[in-house]
Amino acid sequence: MTALTNDHDLHDHDDHHHHEAEAADRYVFGFWLYIISDCLLFSTLFATYAVMGQSFGSGIKPEELFDLGFVAVETALLLFSSFTFGMAMLGANAENMAKTKFWLIITALLGLSFLGMEIYEFVHFSHEGATPQTSGYWTSFYSLVATHGLHVTAGLIWMFFLFIHFKRDGFSNENKIRLACLSLFWHFLDIIWICVFSFVYLRGAM
Amino acid sequence: MVQTDLIKDPHVLTGKLHWGVIPFHDPVVAPVMFAAILGGLALLALITYKGWWGYLWKEWFTSVDHKKIGIMYCIVALVMLVRGFSDAILMRTHQALATSDAFGEGYLPPEHYDQIFTAHGVIMIFFVATPLMVGIMNVIMPLQIGARDVAYPFLNSLSFYLFLVGALLVNISLFVGEFAATGWLAYTPLSGIEYSPGVGVDYWIWALQISGIGTTLTAVNFVATILKMRAPGMTMMKMPVFTWTTFCANVIALVIFPILTVAIAQLTLDRYLDFNFFTNDDGGNQMMWVNLIWAWGHPEVYFLVLPAFGMISEVTATFSRKRLFGYVSLIWATIAIMLLSFLVWLHHFFTMGSGASVNAFFGIMTMIIGIPTGVKLYNWIFTMYKGRVELTASMWWVIAMLITFTVGGMTGVMLSIPANDFVLHNSMFVPAHFHNVIIGGAVYGYFAGFTYWFPKATGVKLNETLGKWSVALWFFGYFFAWIPLYYTGFDGMTRRLQYVDNPDWQLPMYIALIGVAMIAAGIGTQVINIAWSIYKRNDPQYKDVTGDPWDAHTLEWYTTSPPQFYNFGDVPYIKDRDPLLNMKQEGIAYKRPEKYSRIHMPKNTWAGPVLGLLTLPMGFGFVWHIWWMVIASVAAIFACWVKLNFERDKDYYVEVPEVERIEDEFLKSNEGRSFYFEKHAKYYKKWKPTDQNDSSVVAK
Repeated sequence: MTALTNDHDLHDHDDHHHHEAEAADRYVFGFWLYIISDCLLFSTLFATYAVMGQSFGSGIKPEELFDLGFVAVETALLLFSSFTFGMAMLGANAENMAKTKFWLIITALLGLSFLGMEIYEFVHFSHEGATPQTSGYWTSFYSLVATHGLHVTAGLIWMFFLFIHFKRDGFSNENKIRLACLSLFWHFLDIIWICVFSFVYLRGAM
Repeated sequence: MVQTDLIKDPHVLTGKLHWGVIPFHDPVVAPVMFAAILGGLALLALITYKGWWGYLWKEWFTSVDHKKIGIMYCIVALVMLVRGFSDAILMRTHQALATSDAFGEGYLPPEHYDQIFTAHGVIMIFFVATPLMVGIMNVIMPLQIGARDVAYPFLNSLSFYLFLVGALLVNISLFVGEFAATGWLAYTPLSGIEYSPGVGVDYWIWALQISGIGTTLTAVNFVATILKMRAPGMTMMKMPVFTWTTFCANVIALVIFPILTVAIAQLTLDRYLDFNFFTNDDGGNQMMWVNLIWAWGHPEVYFLVLPAFGMISEVTATFSRKRLFGYVSLIWATIAIMLLSFLVWLHHFFTMGSGASVNAFFGIMTMIIGIPTGVKLYNWIFTMYKGRVELTASMWWVIAMLITFTVGGMTGVMLSIPANDFVLHNSMFVPAHFHNVIIGGAVYGYFAGFTYWFPKATGVKLNETLGKWSVALWFFGYFFAWIPLYYTGFDGMTRRLQYVDNPDWQLPMYIALIGVAMIAAGIGTQVINIAWSIYKRNDPQYKDVTGDPWDAHTLEWYTTSPPQFYNFGDVPYIKDRDPLLNMKQEGIAYKRPEKYSRIHMPKNTWAGPVLGLLTLPMGFGFVWHIWWMVIASVAAIFACWVKLNFERDKDYYVEVPEVERIEDEFLKSNEGRSFYFEKHAKYYKKWKPTDQNDSSVVAK
C-alpha cells in the first residue's frame, strides 16, 4: 500500500527533484489508465469482429484475399519497431541524445513502412471488391484494422513532435515523461497487432 | 415538424441547413425559442454592461481549480434539470389529455412526442445526473483526501467543456432541426439512416460522443487522483466512503465509456459511410448494438448510483453522531457491485431470445447484485440505530432515499426474473422501476450530498425549512407520479405511447399528473432555496465562518468554506478513518502548524475552454454535413493542441508569507471555538480511534 501513498506534501521544501519524480510517476500512471481504456476500445472492436466473423452477405470472403506472407512482413516490421524503440529507451536512460534519436528514426521508418503496407493492402482489397460497405464482415475488418492503423499514425505524429521537443529542451523531465508514455503506447500497439494477426489474419486465412 | 423538411442534399457552404429547419411555426417550440434567445441576449448584455467578462474568464472559464469546475458542472446540471423536467411535464400532460374523453388525442404530434421522451432520457442521464455527480465529486473528493487539486487539472477543465458541448448540442437541436425520436438508447435499425434519415440521430450521436469522451477523461483523472494524491498516512482502508465510491464509480467509467465510444462510432460509420454494422442486410447485426449499448448502459447506472451511496454514507454518519456502521463491509459491498455490474447487462433484453440458460444466468446475477446493495441499506440503518440522529434537510433526503430506493430495488428483483420480464418488458412498469431507483437512489443521494456540502463549496448554508419542503414534495410527488404507472404497466400499458386508447387508464394518468406537479413544486422550492440562501449569504444564520458547520468527521471540513485555492495550508498526517474527528479528540484540529511550506499550484489555462468549445462547430458541422466547418474545427483543435504542448510555465508557487496571511485569518475566525459542538461532546469524546491492530487499516 505504501507504494500508492503519496507523500509529496511532506517534502515540499523546494525539493525540485522530488516534484519532478512525483510528476513523472503521476503522468506515466495516468497514461497506463488511458491504455486500459484503449484496451477496452479494442476489445469492443474485437468482439464486434467475432460476432460478424461469418457475416459475408453476398460479398467476397477473406480467405480469397488474405496473403499471410504479406501480413508476416507487416508483423515483422512492427515487432522489430518495438525492439528499436527499446533501443531508443536505452539511449534515453543513458542520456545519449544521438543514440535515442537514431533509434527513434529507425522506429519511425519501420512504422511508416508498416502503415504504407497496410494502406496498400486496403487499396488492393477494395479493388478486389472488399470495401467496408461490402458486408458485415468487411465492415468489422476495416474498422478494427484501421483503428489500429490510426493509432500507429498518431504514434508517428507524436514522434515527430517529440523530435521538436528534444531539439528545444533535450532530456528535460517533461520530455522523459513524453518518451516513456510514447514507449508504452508503441509497445501496446504491438500487442494489439499480435491479436489482430492471430484473430483476424490467421483465423481468416484458414 | 415534418421530417421531410430535414432531408436534402447537402450544399457546399450550408450543408443540409436551410430556413425550413427552424421551427418558427411550432406553437410549442417557437415561444420557447424566442424566450431562450431573448433571455440569452439579456444575460450577455448584463455581463457586458457590468464588465464581468474579464472576471468570468480569469476566475471561472479558464480556471483549473477543481472546486470551481465542480461548481460549473453543478450549475449546468441544474439548468439542464429544468430542461429535462419540462419534457417530463409535457409527457405527463400529453398522456393525461390523450387518455381523457374530452381531449382525446392530446396536443403533441407523434414525431414531436417521440423526440421529447428521447430528449428527456438523454438529458436526465447524461446532462443532469452525470454532471451533478461529477460536479460534487470534483468539489469534494480532492478535499476529502487532502489533495491540492486533481491529478491532471487541465484535463479536468477540458472534460467540463466537452460535457458542456454535448449539452449545448442537445439544446441547439431543439431550435435548429430536430432531436432523435428513437428512445434514449437509439436502438438500431430504427436509428439507422434508412429509418431515421433526418438529423435527429446525428445530434444524439455527436452530443453523446463528445460528452462521453469527456467522461472517460474524468475517469482517468479521478482514478489517478485517488491512487496517487492522498494525504500522507491515508491508506486505502482509511479513505472516506465517498472517496471509495467515487473511485469504484470511476473505475467503472474508465472501462465502459470506451464501449460507448466504439458503439456510437460504429453507428456513425453506418449512417455516414454506409458501413454494415447494424443494417438489415449485408450481414449487419442489430442485436449487437443492443448488446454493446447495454454493456455500457448497465454499468453506467452503477456509475451513477455508487457515488450517491457514498454521499448517503457521509451524511448518515455525520448526522447520527456515530462512525459509519460496518465501514469494511460497505467498502467490499461497493467493490462487489463494481464487479457484478459488468455481468447483468442482458437483463435489459431477456426477450431477445438468447435461450433459457443465458437468461437464467443473467437473471441470477441480477438478483445477486441486490445483495451487496442490501448490505448497504443495513449499514445506513444500523448507523442511525442508537445514534443521536439530527433530522436536518440532508438527513430527510437520506430517509426519503432509504424508503424510495428500497421499493425500487424490490421491483427490480421482480423484473430480474426472466419469466416475469416477458410479461413486463417494454411496459410502463419498466420506466416506473428505473425512475424509482434513479430518482430514489441516485438523485435523492445527490440532493443529500448537495445540501450537505453546499456550505463547503460556497460558504453559505441552505435554508433548512425550504430544504425539508422540497424533500417532502419530491418524496410524495414521486409516489403519486409513478405508483399509478406501475399499475398501468401491470395492466398492459406499453411505454412511449403517444396515443392511449384505454379509458381505464384515465384516472392513473390524472394521479400521475398531480405527482409531476408536486415534483415541479419540489424543484421550484430548491431553486428558491438556493437563490434565497445566496441572497442571505452574509446573515450569520446562513454564513459558514468555521469551515465545519455540521461538526463533521472528514478532512474536507478541516479548511475554510469555500476552501482556499490551494485547499489546505498544511496537510495533516492521517491516522484515522475519520481524520477530523480524530484531530478534534486529540485537540490538534484548527491549530497553527510550526511552519508552513510553499505550495506548488497549476496555472489557469485558456486551453480547456478553447479546445473544448471548438468541438461544438465540429459536432454541428458533422450533424448538418457542413464539411468545411468540420475540417476547419479539427484543424483548429490540432493547432491549439500543438500550441498547448509547447507552452512552458504551467505552474507556480504560493510563497510562505501569503499562505501564512490567509491561514492566520482563517484560524482567527475559529479562535476560542471548542472543537466539538457542545451538544455532541459527550458522544464524540468516548469514541475510540480506528483499531490500529486491524491489519487492513494500519499503513504497511
